[in-house]
Amino acid sequence: MAVFILRRLSQSVVLVLVMSMLVFLGVFAIGDPINTLVAPDATEEERQAIVVHFGLDKPLYEQYGRFLGNALRGDLGRSFKFNEPALALIAQRVPATLELAFASLLLTVVLGIPLGLYAGFRPNARSSRLIMGVSAFGFSVPAFWLGLMMVMLFSVFLGWLPASGRGTTVAILGIPVSFLTWDGLKHMILPVINLAAFKLSLIIRLTRAGTQEVVMSDYVKYAKAKGLRNGRIVLVHVLKNTLIPITTVLGLEFGRTIAFAVVTETIFAWPGMGKLIIDSISVLDRPVIVAYLMLIVVMFIVINLVVDIIYSTLDPRMRLEDQR
Amino acid sequence: MSDIALRVPFRDRPLGRSLAEYRESPGAVAAFVVTLLVLLAALFASQLSPQDPYDLSKLDLMDGTLPPMSKSLAGATYALGTDEQGRDMLSAILYGLRISLTVGVVSTVIAFALGSSLGIYAAYRGGRFDSFLMRVVDLQLSFPALLIALVLLVVLGQGMGKITLALVIVHWAYFARAARGSALAERGKEYIEAARALRLSDVRIVFRHLLPNVMPSLIVIATTMVARAISTEATLSFLGIGLPITEPSLGLLISNGFRYLLSGKYWISFYPGIALVIAIIAINIMGDRLRDVLNPRLKK
Repeated sequence: MAVFILRRLSQSVVLVLVMSMLVFLGVFAIGDPINTLVAPDATEEERQAIVVHFGLDKPLYEQYGRFLGNALRGDLGRSFKFNEPALALIAQRVPATLELAFASLLLTVVLGIPLGLYAGFRPNARSSRLIMGVSAFGFSVPAFWLGLMMVMLFSVFLGWLPASGRGTTVAILGIPVSFLTWDGLKHMILPVINLAAFKLSLIIRLTRAGTQEVVMSDYVKYAKAKGLRNGRIVLVHVLKNTLIPITTVLGLEFGRTIAFAVVTETIFAWPGMGKLIIDSISVLDRPVIVAYLMLIVVMFIVINLVVDIIYSTLDPRMRLEDQR
Repeated sequence: MSDIALRVPFRDRPLGRSLAEYRESPGAVAAFVVTLLVLLAALFASQLSPQDPYDLSKLDLMDGTLPPMSKSLAGATYALGTDEQGRDMLSAILYGLRISLTVGVVSTVIAFALGSSLGIYAAYRGGRFDSFLMRVVDLQLSFPALLIALVLLVVLGQGMGKITLALVIVHWAYFARAARGSALAERGKEYIEAARALRLSDVRIVFRHLLPNVMPSLIVIATTMVARAISTEATLSFLGIGLPITEPSLGLLISNGFRYLLSGKYWISFYPGIALVIAIIAINIMGDRLRDVLNPRLKK
């Protein structure tokens, strides 16, 4: 196991390095940020001063070297627009995104697994067909369209729920959160559903498929024959065995959630890191774009590693394969 | 030989059998009809549209943001209302559909050709090339498609060619993995061995024997990929980083109408959204049915 983790970690370091190079080169190719930084009526000297100040006059490899050196010290440059360290700027927005992501993950688990189990146990019931129909819909429809329809229905026409912002926040350990006030919760409902819709559909389908497979197995038939209570069969024999693929998918889905938060945050004007990156792209705020992308790359590598480790711990068959 | 083969009635040949099986599901037939209609609507957008939505001389600002079924100053009816520039939404949707479908279909066709050639080649060749290619595929598929497309568009800039390229880069990996998987499975079978024993050339084995047997599963993937590409393009255009304002796809129309949605003028983004969702769902239902028909493992 230790060898496996070490090997994966060293691969990850190489990957981060390659990605940093790609991201840096890629973002460098976007275009000259000078024009967005300098007022159109600035003199040539003022222009030159800003170019030198941000180190934009140096050759590319020197800029990359400096970027890498600084990045290792946790400095990913200063935002051109806000004149603040890019990493700090993103870090301020991370809690808002994480709040949304965790809430939608929670909704997915609490709603998706029971619904999937139900649909798996009674595949021909009308209610099961309804569940599967709705999940097929949520699976194929674009997330941003679903968000818009919710805004249209619940905010504009019915006026039940607010369409934008975080509402009143309360600080816990200096971090503002929305879920502790009624107003904040009301602001969270639509974005959380929007972000959870795809995952929920996916988990319902996975749980149902897993349940149907396990229900047919000999050990569940045997458990029934022994006269075990239904509750015990569901919890111990069925759920435990369907949970392995579900855990893996949920882990990977967490990364997807952070990526798709870009869409949800744009629709609901939620002040998280997804909205920040879209705003930064539109003004070509290079350091923020680079910092965001590097952060995402590292996050995904960590998530994939953790998911692999969890998977091999949960499923003994995986461990055996690894030893061979 | 070929004479005898031709005398087999169509309904008993593989294609005929699959078609008959597809027709057994009324929902799937409906989805096929809807997809066909959507394709025709996009193809004949300029003939079907009541107005050329991008000829500024035909637009009247006085007709701006009219609700559906309003009469224009000139007497025509705007069935789905107008946007802020007095543009007929029905015409804008038909033109937008054309752009969305073009991006979806063209990017999928290129990704299909590129990905499956690489995948089949890797399966056939094996060795270093194979393991390198699969590394790249695994790595790419561990990141969400939307995120990769977003990064690529930040670097490439906006435009139909660029978003098509981004979608090809995002989607080729799915085809490569699937093509390699089924090519590997087919390669071990007796008929390929027989072809080898006859000393047929590699090119002939791949194109005449391997490809026809790998194709069905790839077609299923291609169908769902068209829907996904349309959806991703719409999402990116909605975020303002996909297509420029000069190439208004459905996603861009929806994005444009979003501002008015909040003040109750729903039709500017509602109807383009409906068109988008109808197209995506119809293609997806078709893909699901094709999967059931073409995948022998799922048959009872």
